[in-house]
Amino acid sequence: MKGLGTSVGIGIGRVLIYKEPKIDIIKENILDLDLEIRRLEDALKKAIEEIDNIYNTTLIKVGEKEAEIFTAHKMILEDPEYIGSIKEKIEASNINSEWAVKEVTNFYIDIFKDMEDEYIRERVQDIKDVSNRLLKVLLNIETKDLSSIKERTIIVAQDLTPSDTAQINKEMVVGIVTEVGGRTSHTSIMARIMNIPAVSGAENITNIVKDNELMIIDGSTGNILVSPGDEDIVVYENKQKDFISLRKKLEEMKGKESISKDGYKVEIAGNIGTLEDIDKVIENDGEGVGLYRTEFLYMYRDRLPTEEEQFEAYKSVAEKLGKKPLVIRTLDVGGDKEIPYLNIPKEMNPFLGYRAIRYCLDNMEIFKTQLRAILRASIYGNIKIMFPMISNINEVREGKKIIKEVMEELRKESISFDEDIEIGIMVEIPAVAIHSRAFAREVDFFSIGTNDLIQYSLAVDRGNQHISYLYNQFHPAILSLIKMTIDNGHKEGIWVGMCGEVAGDEKLIPLLLAMGLDEFSMNPSSILKARHLIRNISKVEIEDILDKILNLSTAEDVEKFIDENIISRILPV
Amino acid sequence: MITKEIVLSNESGLHARPASMFVKEASKYKCDIKIIKDGKEYNPKSIMSILSMGAGKGNSIVIQAEGEDEENVVNELADFIQNKIKD
Repeated sequence: MKGLGTSVGIGIGRVLIYKEPKIDIIKENILDLDLEIRRLEDALKKAIEEIDNIYNTTLIKVGEKEAEIFTAHKMILEDPEYIGSIKEKIEASNINSEWAVKEVTNFYIDIFKDMEDEYIRERVQDIKDVSNRLLKVLLNIETKDLSSIKERTIIVAQDLTPSDTAQINKEMVVGIVTEVGGRTSHTSIMARIMNIPAVSGAENITNIVKDNELMIIDGSTGNILVSPGDEDIVVYENKQKDFISLRKKLEEMKGKESISKDGYKVEIAGNIGTLEDIDKVIENDGEGVGLYRTEFLYMYRDRLPTEEEQFEAYKSVAEKLGKKPLVIRTLDVGGDKEIPYLNIPKEMNPFLGYRAIRYCLDNMEIFKTQLRAILRASIYGNIKIMFPMISNINEVREGKKIIKEVMEELRKESISFDEDIEIGIMVEIPAVAIHSRAFAREVDFFSIGTNDLIQYSLAVDRGNQHISYLYNQFHPAILSLIKMTIDNGHKEGIWVGMCGEVAGDEKLIPLLLAMGLDEFSMNPSSILKARHLIRNISKVEIEDILDKILNLSTAEDVEKFIDENIISRILPV
Repeated sequence: MITKEIVLSNESGLHARPASMFVKEASKYKCDIKIIKDGKEYNPKSIMSILSMGAGKGNSIVIQAEGEDEENVVNELADFIQNKIKD
């Protein structure tokens, strides 16, 4: 069977089917109103105590953000309208608490379930979770205790509520399989934080498997093996061992320097888009953020973000990073990133069109608002500004001029900012790479954007499937352009980083190190692996073969040479 | 009794996180507060009530307070909605 892998790792254990106990509610007339209200209040008190406990365990075991779910749960049980209506119902109709809880809960669920707003629809799940807890207390129904499992167990459920997941004993629960839910469901997020392998979307699984059956799940592929044979067990046990030893090795990389065997130190940073990504950078011990894609602040909405909104976003990322560098890329729109309210006209060749710095220099208000927000945030951390899609030096000069103007405005308003803020550009157009020596005299740093550099150098549309075979990061011309950019940057005394996908490509990291790249910025989940790799490479050794590689004829030759001479020989990983 | 009408300008109105932030804020005040939208009254100290109001961006709502420090309460809550709530 196969589902969707939502939390990586291999789980091998006995099945425990977890079903919500059935709650039967009977309408009863009560005689003593006071007694019934007291019964309800006692139950509320107990349910709130339970939620407080779950809040505390979640705070310790998972994190503050996840624990907040239970603050919302508590808020519902303390809600004057909700609880007030329940009490009114009991008093007005002389009915039992359970029936009143059910009726009032259904009333709200009916209001919320058809609302367009996704957040409110989600609250329906929370209201159900909370009301079920209250009903179980009232009815003295014991829930299967997920915290006292004694053997290696894979929990199989239709769905798990946040409170179920929070109770899981992660020493004994080696996997979670659910019929519903995706990568972003509460359960998946919590499973990932707790390092429990998980698979979701396993249709009908609660009816297919039985309690105590042996099961294997692979959280990377989504594979589920029920009653596996001996051979499968051996295969997956080995996979599990490899996974655990790699995870351990990578965990050990935390707090260590990104330094090669022969003492060459680099910086490994993360690329981020949304504010949540910054937590991933910190979790993976990134040494900074090499690319903050600010366009996400502008997307999925119907008007421009205000200066204040942007300032808050930049400030909060900067503060989380402390002294570590944060490279903020100014608005990179157009091309494949369409934002309807900006009214960028349809173009024949949007990738070569009205986009990024070209758009910003033509829409001064938007550009200045962003620069003001960045500069204001700059005193809260170590911010650097980066212009995307630069194609000639006039654009750099114009961009810097605007920054100066904005700085002058801020000074007049007595608003402080980092006077020495570094300004850099993305090198993603071949002309800039070729002429990089001149560009280097204008800026404080380069960041090579390989995704577009490959697209523009090889004249291959990144999104066109018919020609995707031509899009290749091992193309010797691409490697030469990268080397040329690094060399030219160094000749003029500036640092050179890379924020394109190549920076996290395990086969190319040794080459980039040998070329002298100063900063590698990548998907946060690749940071520790890259550090591990770099700590196992001797820069000098690769330098010796670099010329040979750059002189190979084809991308295939390059990849083969790297496989044979670097990956299999030099790297002991 | 003091009332003040405001138009919601933040992206998710009083739906998402803003709803719970607003309820926490309103619950700090002792006086009697109501929110009126389309002629219907809602309780700002109740998350269920605020969510069922379904007030989105561009909707206009009236804040009404009666009792201790009523003028201040109305102004502070209006300011909270307009300037302090983040999506």
